[in-house]
Amino acid sequence: MKNEKIKFRDRVKDISAGLGDSLKESSLWGSIFRPGSPFRKGYSDSPRNRSYVVMNNVLYHLHPVKVKRHAVRLSYTLCLGGLSFFTFIVLTITGIWLMFYFRPTEMAYVDIQSLQTSIAFGSLVRNMHRWAAHIMVIVVFLHMSRVFYHGAYKAPREFNWVIGVILLLLTLLLSFTGYLLPWDQLAIWAVTVGGNMASYTPVIGAQVKFALFAGLEATEATLLRFYVLHVLFLPFIIVIFMAIHFWRVRKDGGISGPL
Amino acid sequence: MVDIPEHLLIKTAEARAKALGISVEQALAEMKGEVEPTTISKEPEVIDVKPIEVKEAPAPAAEVKEAPAPAAEVKEAPAPAPAAGVKTDVPAEVDFAPETRVTQRLLTVVKAKPIQKPTSEPVDKVNTWPHLMLPEFISLMAMTAFLIFISAILQAPLLEEANPNITPNPAKAPWYFLGLQELLSYWDPQIAGVMIPLIIGVAAFMAIPYIDRNKDNKPSKRKYAIMLWTFFLAGAGTLSLIGILFRGPGWNWTYPWIDGVWFDDLLDWVHFE
Ligand code: HEM
Repeated sequence: MKNEKIKFRDRVKDISAGLGDSLKESSLWGSIFRPGSPFRKGYSDSPRNRSYVVMNNVLYHLHPVKVKRHAVRLSYTLCLGGLSFFTFIVLTITGIWLMFYFRPTEMAYVDIQSLQTSIAFGSLVRNMHRWAAHIMVIVVFLHMSRVFYHGAYKAPREFNWVIGVILLLLTLLLSFTGYLLPWDQLAIWAVTVGGNMASYTPVIGAQVKFALFAGLEATEATLLRFYVLHVLFLPFIIVIFMAIHFWRVRKDGGISGPL
Repeated sequence: MVDIPEHLLIKTAEARAKALGISVEQALAEMKGEVEPTTISKEPEVIDVKPIEVKEAPAPAAEVKEAPAPAAEVKEAPAPAPAAGVKTDVPAEVDFAPETRVTQRLLTVVKAKPIQKPTSEPVDKVNTWPHLMLPEFISLMAMTAFLIFISAILQAPLLEEANPNITPNPAKAPWYFLGLQELLSYWDPQIAGVMIPLIIGVAAFMAIPYIDRNKDNKPSKRKYAIMLWTFFLAGAGTLSLIGILFRGPGWNWTYPWIDGVWFDDLLDWVHFE
């Protein structure tokens, strides 16, 4: 019995198969996993339980119990929207970790240096945060292209496209504000170039740049301003728009198509 | 008993009182279970009467007319109710057609068609678990693995500390703005402006679904739209590549293989100089 190979399929049916029954029988365990969870004792694979896995789960906020068959084909969405969201989650987690070691003051550059040299996993987490930021911009853009090529912005999804454009702008702004934080030559001059573009706004150009930079040029006041935008304001806004975006995907009848 | 709001209780009691011909207080008491409920002594014997073995399908009104008995009984029903406050006289409104003593009346004629109209075709659906959640989980894991892998081998750039007095040449925006920077280098920003074209551009993007009135989503039916977007991708890609690889000091044209690359965003680790 024990040597019998458990097939992957069966694992999926009871993904907690390896756990001891006494653990799964405990009332603590039962209190954590709601009825229908594949982690619960006695979960069996049935259409009813498959529905419960979603319905009795916090993920019910994101997913309906059933989806169109063509929508689960990886080749349709390429999972790009989901991956945009997931990169955002990764960025949130690594970002919060980085906040423990980072001061948006004249110490910023030193803090980044010590992250790279003397803090355990500092270099890895900084790299993850930075590359994930680049990846998110790419993935969101690819998601947008996929939506366009599928004509998935057509009625009734017009407004979700508009929300999507806002999400793209917010993603770029998040990336741009984060760009300044390492406070090195790359950061300050890239942001200066961006700020100069804003200053070419007719009539109010100077004011726009002043508001953005908290002064006439990139200083430590700018650093603080960008920091607050980056770690608090913009994530807050983007989460709200993501919530509306996901909600609209479902209210508009799920994924578009099939083509 | 569940807490039912008082005003609803009273409304219900009024309806009940009217139907049974008893007082509102009586009905209320009955509903609260304080007194025995008033019962209609016998079921109306409509079933027994079976007035006509529908032969020539007479008009329904006729049928009703021929079933006088039950009505009488209903009317008498309130009488045996013992509780105080019983109204023995039937409210005038109930006796709306005394000559026929109807117990039913025609409210409306519902045509023989389904009440619910299916508006869409049934679609082929599968359970989200495991058919969607498993692929999602796998792509999420793959993404994490990929990210950790590149983070382990690629060091994120960190140049010298920021110094407002030393301007690098060229000063480049983040890579996703380099296409834009390249585009904007073609005109004098003081004259053509920057923000206005940008805002118009963003607005144009948002307006796409409202401009494209073609309802079809088949690629073969929207060749024009697909062509436009592909041009946009090609244009944006080309401009970005020029900005990233082919622009050197003074935003002059440079060849990456001759003059080197000015792109610290990614290439800090293979710096040509
Ligand atoms: C932070 C950025 C974004 C996130 C996290 C996100 C997330 C998602 C997710 C999870 C879906 C479900 C389907 C799929 O995976 O493709 C979706 C669908 C959709 N997204 Fe996004 N999205 C983002 C940005 C955008 C952008 C920039 C646009 C377009 C301008 C857009 C427009 C749409 C539309 C129209 C749909 C419905 C597609 C369909 O029904 O096939 N989204 N989004």
